[in-house]
Amino acid sequence: MTRTMRGATAVAIGAAVSLLAAACAGQGTGGQGGGDGETTGSGGDATVTWWHNSNTGEGKEYYDQVAADFEADNPGVTVQVEAMQHEDMLTKLQAAFQSGDDAQIPDVYMSRGGGELKAEVEAGLVRDLTDDAADTIEKISAFTGQYSVDDKVYALPYSMGLVGFWYNKDLFEQAGITEVSPNPTIEEFYGYLDTLKSAGITPASVGAGDKWPAAHYWYYNVVRQCSFDTVETAIAEKDYSDPCFVKAGEDLQALLEKEPFNAGFLATPAQSGPTSASGLLATGKVAMELAGHWEPGVAGGLTEDGQVPDFLGWFAYPTFPGQAGDPADQMGGGDAWSVSAGAPDAAVDFAEYLLSDEVQTGFAELDMGLPTNPAATGSVANEVLAQLIPVRDGGGNTQLYLDTRLGQSVGQAMNDAIALVFAGQAGPQDVVGAIESAAEAE
Amino acid sequence: MADDVTTSVAASPATSHPQPATAGRASAARPAVPARGGRRAASSRVRKRLEIAFFVTPALAIFALFVIWPILTAVQLSVYRWKGFGPLVDFVGLRNYVSVLTNEVFTDSLVHNLVIVVMSIVVQLPLGLAIALLLNRKMWGQGLLRTIIFVPYVLAEVIAGVVWFQLLQPQYGVLDTIMAAVGLQGPAQGWLGDPDVALWTVIVVLTWKYLGLAVILFLAGLQGVAEELYEAAQLDGASWWQVQRRITIPLLGPTLRTWAFLSMIGSLQLFDMVWILTGGGPANATTTMATFLINEGTRRQNFGIAGAASVILFVVALVMALAYQHFILRRDTRPDDGGRRAARPRKEATR
Repeated sequence: MTRTMRGATAVAIGAAVSLLAAACAGQGTGGQGGGDGETTGSGGDATVTWWHNSNTGEGKEYYDQVAADFEADNPGVTVQVEAMQHEDMLTKLQAAFQSGDDAQIPDVYMSRGGGELKAEVEAGLVRDLTDDAADTIEKISAFTGQYSVDDKVYALPYSMGLVGFWYNKDLFEQAGITEVSPNPTIEEFYGYLDTLKSAGITPASVGAGDKWPAAHYWYYNVVRQCSFDTVETAIAEKDYSDPCFVKAGEDLQALLEKEPFNAGFLATPAQSGPTSASGLLATGKVAMELAGHWEPGVAGGLTEDGQVPDFLGWFAYPTFPGQAGDPADQMGGGDAWSVSAGAPDAAVDFAEYLLSDEVQTGFAELDMGLPTNPAATGSVANEVLAQLIPVRDGGGNTQLYLDTRLGQSVGQAMNDAIALVFAGQAGPQDVVGAIESAAEAE
Repeated sequence: MADDVTTSVAASPATSHPQPATAGRASAARPAVPARGGRRAASSRVRKRLEIAFFVTPALAIFALFVIWPILTAVQLSVYRWKGFGPLVDFVGLRNYVSVLTNEVFTDSLVHNLVIVVMSIVVQLPLGLAIALLLNRKMWGQGLLRTIIFVPYVLAEVIAGVVWFQLLQPQYGVLDTIMAAVGLQGPAQGWLGDPDVALWTVIVVLTWKYLGLAVILFLAGLQGVAEELYEAAQLDGASWWQVQRRITIPLLGPTLRTWAFLSMIGSLQLFDMVWILTGGGPANATTTMATFLINEGTRRQNFGIAGAASVILFVVALVMALAYQHFILRRDTRPDDGGRRAARPRKEATR
């Protein structure tokens, strides 16, 4: 019996080894050559494929119109618009990049910047826009830093939002908090938590089940405790030994000791359904949530009448006494237009057109995001959203969400470690350790 | 067949050629009759093989494309460091395997898988058997009860998962509301939010989901137990319990063993329910090998690590499946001499 077993194992191992050898012999050739794609470059007729994620309602109509306008101004150029649902778009983009085939990769597509963009640039998939789009870059230079690799700009940010606290004005008032500072100190913030709790109101919700909403607390502590340059240097040198990173974790633990979060927050999803973190805020079950500029839209989708709740207010993440970070620095993220390496020159023109005063103004008027072009920032229709613009443009740096900044592999390892801190199963040093070991393995 | 034999036997004394009818004139000239017959057999064998090849090739091609090739690709990826695009250039040998096997999250996942394997069998076997024995009795509403028990299994896993997820919500969930109404309180962090409770909650949901399959399989097995045996036992004055214990359950053996095998493999590959209910959390308390590899692959884009994890999952499942077949299923799959011998006289007797 054992002998036949051993025989079977030997056969299996032998088969596995030979398969492995055979497999290694194949493939490895699917690189991305310099195929000239589907067009002939400037001058002649060109087709620009454009992927975006405004796939419903006014946003979709607006972008269709934008493409039609561009075609009218540029005879011979056809813009092929493909609007898709956000997650679908990410999956399709990844598949297109994996194919390495210029015909599959869109010419103009959404980039989130940071480590993801860096990896794409290193694989030779993205076009350097520094010179080709110099005029546009000049206008939005406050935001291009996060979309540059080695001082070359590879994407044009068209929307840049902030993360901050969205709060329920009614519940705050009910608890007796009449004065809400737009940029509270941590002591003031703790005061809100205590007051809300003593009024029997759950102070905050957090979707730690999805990890990134929980991780935002740590990121923001980093933005507060570390100077912008410290973070940039740490990422560049993969050296996170500066004590400010551990300090960020300690601040997080101090917050967790206050137990401000909804019951079951470890399993709470970020945005899906009425029992998600956003759902609890939208239905008045908790008083606040740390979230990005998307929150009014998400909350609107989770209320019974489908309207954005009018009790929503916003204040910035608290500042800490003696923090090394500039108090005006904020954390957020946005979306940018990248042009793929195999795209025709008309694609660059189109990407620039998308950042033009006129297109950005229309974008702002429809509340599709927070425009980066200064000519359009005054046009944001929604008052609560418009409130974020002066904070964002208040002279500080906007640090990208750190998971995006560090790239998927390090970013997710970091988020996992932060989620463990929320569960009380890891400490400040563990988060730093997770980042370092993932960065080393990269 | 019998006619062939009789004709050839009848023919043999008269002629040296055993097959007079078909051999024809040419064969008479050549003495090599057996060879000729062999060639004919060979050509029909070739034809048969071609036929087999013709019908099997499409299936094999699809199998190769969608099963073999992905497996090979996973093995190939597992020895590279690859971020999802660009050519495979960064060969790392077995480093991905080392990093997976030394990763605490992965070893915990393996333990979770094994706990689920054991708990599925330990809980569902007696429970499913008891329900199957009950439902096998003639009673009012039998069909309805069978349907109700089987419905969870028919439900799409994701739908069932989402519904359970909402039922188990802390504070506002149905379960906590009911418990509060009778003065009880669930875990403060909820059934899925407490690292100590989450895995057990998942196991309860899995039991609810898959009990129906066990019951239906056992019921099907029970239909195969010959009625005469029951009658004989009743004539001998056996009680209901004795009949179940001495006749039904032993004869249900092959069904039970097959079900346990399916349950084991399913538990090892468990993904969807966990993904919907907890996503592997809280604090990695419910990760399985499958959620681990999806996390590494699609979330972290460490396709090499994910490849290594998938190969390890494959090997674990293969080894357990082979061992199970070897030690436990063997008595069902191997031709059973005892059974044959017992059966044969009866056949002859009926003849």
